[in-house]
Amino acid sequence: MMPRLFLLAQAMPLDPGGHNILHPAAPQGGHIEWLYWVIFWICFVVYVLMIIGYTRAAAKSKSDAIYPLPVFEDKEGDQRAKWAVGTAVAVTVVTLFVVLVLSVVTGKKAAGLSSKNPVTIQIIGHQWWWEVVYPNPQADQTVTTANEIHVPVNTPVVVLTNSTDVIHSFWAPNITGKRDLLPGYSSAFWFNIQQPGTYRGQCAEFCGLQHAHMGFSIIAQSVDDFQAWEQQQLKPAPEPTNDETKRGREVFLTRACLMCHTIRGTDAGARMGPDLTHLASRNMIAAETLPNTRGALAGWILDPQRIKPGAEMSPNSLAPDDLQALLAYLQTLQ
Amino acid sequence: MRSNLQLGLTLGAFAVVAVLMSCSRETRIFRQPPPANQTFNTVQVSGLNPGANSIPTPPPGNMYQESAYAVSEGQKLYEQYNCVGCHAHGGGGIGPPLMDNNWIYGSEAGNVFTTIMQGRPNGMPSFRNRIPEYQVWEIAAYVRSMAGLLPKGVSPGRPDHMRVKPSESSTPPQKPTGITGSPEQHQ
Repeated sequence: MMPRLFLLAQAMPLDPGGHNILHPAAPQGGHIEWLYWVIFWICFVVYVLMIIGYTRAAAKSKSDAIYPLPVFEDKEGDQRAKWAVGTAVAVTVVTLFVVLVLSVVTGKKAAGLSSKNPVTIQIIGHQWWWEVVYPNPQADQTVTTANEIHVPVNTPVVVLTNSTDVIHSFWAPNITGKRDLLPGYSSAFWFNIQQPGTYRGQCAEFCGLQHAHMGFSIIAQSVDDFQAWEQQQLKPAPEPTNDETKRGREVFLTRACLMCHTIRGTDAGARMGPDLTHLASRNMIAAETLPNTRGALAGWILDPQRIKPGAEMSPNSLAPDDLQALLAYLQTLQ
Repeated sequence: MRSNLQLGLTLGAFAVVAVLMSCSRETRIFRQPPPANQTFNTVQVSGLNPGANSIPTPPPGNMYQESAYAVSEGQKLYEQYNCVGCHAHGGGGIGPPLMDNNWIYGSEAGNVFTTIMQGRPNGMPSFRNRIPEYQVWEIAAYVRSMAGLLPKGVSPGRPDHMRVKPSESSTPPQKPTGITGSPEQHQ
């Protein structure tokens, strides 16, 4: 039993710090956490009072009651009961109104913080992954990536949302509340992360078969690290240097890959799937489903329908040599 | 009298349950059967050929031609793989129209499959090795549905954004038209 528990603890860390509304890393998340605790304590007090009331009533009632209960008039008692019930209803209504007002005030606070010199990010929901674009008036300075959102700390980040197919919802519990991504309709919200770290997020609006496997991560870095990352992402894919990686690029450009994916610097320029120009710089693949290792990548390329049934990526039958060359090439895309 | 009513109700309920039990949801195939070790490899430009017919036959059970899911997947792929770039939404443009009844290279699913797989003279590129075979069958099924060659039950409707008139739910309420005269006259 003990070793099993130990394994469980290893697999499932007890402190889900990267996906937790109780560890806010942004002022928006802080407001939401505050509201959470206010409502929690109100509910706790109500619960304790109810339990005390029930216990007292249970202790008072006599077990040797006569059935049917005798009917007798007790005007004074009725009056007291009326007062008690009336007061309880009034207190409940007032409490609910207080919670309502606090919710509205918190929503205003979370949305209304001032944002100056923000970093703008466009997040586009797809079934079942997130396209992340850092738009720039100069087209060749636009960064496109997927599922891993790099942001600088202590800088306002404005997020423009959109979706290509159905309604998705962007939810990073440590950062801010849920935001729906509506197809054909762009809305905006913003956050400002104060602690560097990696925060996990998840689609929070049921969007089809692989809704549960539609995760993302927000990587908050110092401004310098963020700019270095952005400069690296702006580069086109590195040229293959040896025979194997050259063959890998050949495989990529002659098989089904190029029908959906982009690798900037090559002929592959389709926009259906994630941009793979800097695939090897990401920690996870398949929308935070698999670690970005050679083995996981191979499994994903060969049979994605086993890992995420219904996903847009089709299975590929590649000869072993072709697959190894392709993997070697994809791993050079830093 | 009462027992007759009860019997009738019971039988009716049984009938309803029996009818409902015969309903089955169309199965969706996510893991496609592996390609049949590249049986399809011949370059063929004409339907005329000596010997047996060498047009590839659709997979058994017509699983792509009779499944609404497969045809709608084909519709999605038709857009994603940019068939619309030349054929538009069936009306044609650079490429020939697909929603009419003229089939230059044959209207069978196997003909359309061959056209996509090996291309045709005057512009149709070959998508062999680019699009997996099962997706080509799905696209072929959708192409045939545009010309009305598939049962109506599996053919997808035109996409919303292509409607000449917006759907009723997205138009503002209008007063009924066609009423002549004032209400008083009718009384």
